[in-house]
Amino acid sequence: MFLRALQSKHWKEELMRVALFITCFNDTLFPQAGRATVQLLERLGHIVDFPEEQTCCGQMHFNTGYQREALPLIRRFVHIFGQAEVVVAPSASCVGMVRELYALAAEWFDDQPLLAEVQALAPRVYELSEFLVYRLGLEDVGAYYPHRVTYHPTCHSLRFLHVGDAPLRLLRAVRGIDLVELPGAEECCGFGGTFAIKNADTSLAMLSTKVSSVLETGAEVCTAADNSCLMQIGGALHRQRAGVRTVHLAEILASTAEGSTA
Amino acid sequence: MSEIAGSAHPSMRGRPLPTFQASAKQALDNTQLRRNLHKATHTIRAKRERVIEEMPDWEELRESGRAIKAQVLRHMDTYLLQLEASVQRAGGQVHWARDAQEANAIIAEIATAHQAREVIKVKSLTTDEIGLNRALAAHGIAAIETDLAELIIQLAGESSSHILVPAIHKNRAEIRELFLRHLNVESLSDEPRDLANAARAHLRQKFLATPVAVSGVNFAVAETGTLCVVESEGNGRMCVTLPKVLISVMGIEKIIPTWQDLEVFLQLLPRSSTAERMNPYTSLWTGVSQGDGPQEFHLILLDNGRTQVLADTVGRQTLNCIRCSACLNICPVYERTGGHAYNSVYPGPIGAILTPQLLGLDQAGSLPYASSLCGACYEVCPVKINIPQVLIYLRGRVVRQKQRSRKWRERANPEALAMRIMARAFASRTRYEQVQHIAQIGQWPVKHGEVIEHLPGELGGWTSMRDLPAVPNQSFREWWRTRQPADEADEEEHL
Repeated sequence: MFLRALQSKHWKEELMRVALFITCFNDTLFPQAGRATVQLLERLGHIVDFPEEQTCCGQMHFNTGYQREALPLIRRFVHIFGQAEVVVAPSASCVGMVRELYALAAEWFDDQPLLAEVQALAPRVYELSEFLVYRLGLEDVGAYYPHRVTYHPTCHSLRFLHVGDAPLRLLRAVRGIDLVELPGAEECCGFGGTFAIKNADTSLAMLSTKVSSVLETGAEVCTAADNSCLMQIGGALHRQRAGVRTVHLAEILASTAEGSTA
Repeated sequence: MSEIAGSAHPSMRGRPLPTFQASAKQALDNTQLRRNLHKATHTIRAKRERVIEEMPDWEELRESGRAIKAQVLRHMDTYLLQLEASVQRAGGQVHWARDAQEANAIIAEIATAHQAREVIKVKSLTTDEIGLNRALAAHGIAAIETDLAELIIQLAGESSSHILVPAIHKNRAEIRELFLRHLNVESLSDEPRDLANAARAHLRQKFLATPVAVSGVNFAVAETGTLCVVESEGNGRMCVTLPKVLISVMGIEKIIPTWQDLEVFLQLLPRSSTAERMNPYTSLWTGVSQGDGPQEFHLILLDNGRTQVLADTVGRQTLNCIRCSACLNICPVYERTGGHAYNSVYPGPIGAILTPQLLGLDQAGSLPYASSLCGACYEVCPVKINIPQVLIYLRGRVVRQKQRSRKWRERANPEALAMRIMARAFASRTRYEQVQHIAQIGQWPVKHGEVIEHLPGELGGWTSMRDLPAVPNQSFREWWRTRQPADEADEEEHL
């Protein structure tokens, strides 16, 4: 079924060596998203590297105000991924950190060499869906996923990375999928990193709206480009025993008629 | 109505504000407030989107707005002197006020010189910021709010909960009760028209009889000395034309260089605030004109912490703000907590960055955390204030202040400790992998099947209404390692 896609021209023209930026969050809590990303990229013919020295991009520290503590992590990341052809991550939020906030950190700490390195690296760092759609020019990745799915555009994919409808274009091309629109899709789910703990009450008030919207769609699966937001939404769905699960976009795209091993 | 002093805003009391967390918790319980705010913010959001979509050059306008403000902030000294000279040339008097106290003293002195027992006011955030009504009351002068919503909250003895719609938290029935009690009316329905008429009858007398008016300023043109107030109801127009004496108070950042710059802001402001193409009343005045309008005009240039904000190269952009309230209306946090949770004249995302900078982070350190960093505020801001970025920056200042604190408790709070431990773990692959292992093994006391349902301490905020996935036994990197040799073997086979 995906043989046709495999034969298409641009795949052959541009086979890449992709450095996988797994993110500490996926590595530890959602390894299945990482496995799916690897399977998908390899299925598309690319070579995946996993620089094992990588740990955390520093976002949690940086956004909570521990910027001095984040700085060594930023330097570390730039050092580890600096030579990569492209860096791809199954997380819009962590890519947003690297692409939007690393330069800011270098400016705030007045570190010119770091700024130069960041500026050289940042344009080669992609969130998975934007890598597929905008860098590789793909929409149909040969996936098969016979479920009713609703897509939540995470704030960082939408308003920091501006991935636009890339994830939706990928999802629309998935065979067997019943894609339903999420009401109030662009509204934040209330995760916000440490916000979910520091302002737990407000976070929950935001979450309750999001959960109602998800349930309203009648979807079996809620997907997104970030497992952090999915952990927030899925955490409430699970607590309420709502019968709806959250699945990372990469896992849907990695699924095939032959079955996903993710 | 005689001696209504106007409520003192918590931010005027000079001690640390209640935390956002505590105030939000209270506000979230008010289901009527939640419903009112949801309806109001969603209505105005939709309207705003419509009037902005029809502007082909909106992004260019935003950029112009930002650039003009950046120019002003960079050369504030020059423009202030130019404005002072222009206003004086046109027959106005200019006063420089370092802080709220100085500004209030100047206003009280002018009012007293005219034997005023009452002054009428145009809706103004700046005069709320300096607590003018209370300060005047101390001099035996009653400040009468003429904006309908400001009048409502003044009569109720409350403070504003929204920059543009101060009484957004009140419903019609409550307003009717207030008017019956305070406005000398026999009977009154809760129809908006009747309510407005009651207020109008009350205010007309005041407009005609009160010799002194106080206004804020939306824009001050340095080149010409022209002041501009933008409003919807027309009572502002009455205030700046009928009384003998007019006193206008402006934060120094309200300056724009030239008359032509107004063109940009008079497009940006109404569409962003009331979602109108043009606001009903735009009043412009330059000094005094003989036989027409106020015969004495005072302009008060207020600092009140602004130069301190200006000195900070990252925080500075906060002063771009034209008080449109688009960021409040789009904010998912504001929509749920309302304005009072911010404990400041300036609520919502802009308040979360402006208040701590004006008052000091030790006073309002919880406000920069009152955001999920969703970025919606930045997207709608007509002068492109990168609010999420400033929030993050201010969080950094809050943390550093705690780290430098002399108090042991401030330095060694659980969050700081956890952050330090994690930063150390993330700085080395070995330590990071060790921590992963500890999490996998150490979670057994809290793990229930696939999920964690209860966490202790501060982390309990997460599990109060959410489950947490248990840490899987195999991390991604462990999977990667198991698969590598197999794959290589695989490849060899194919060869």
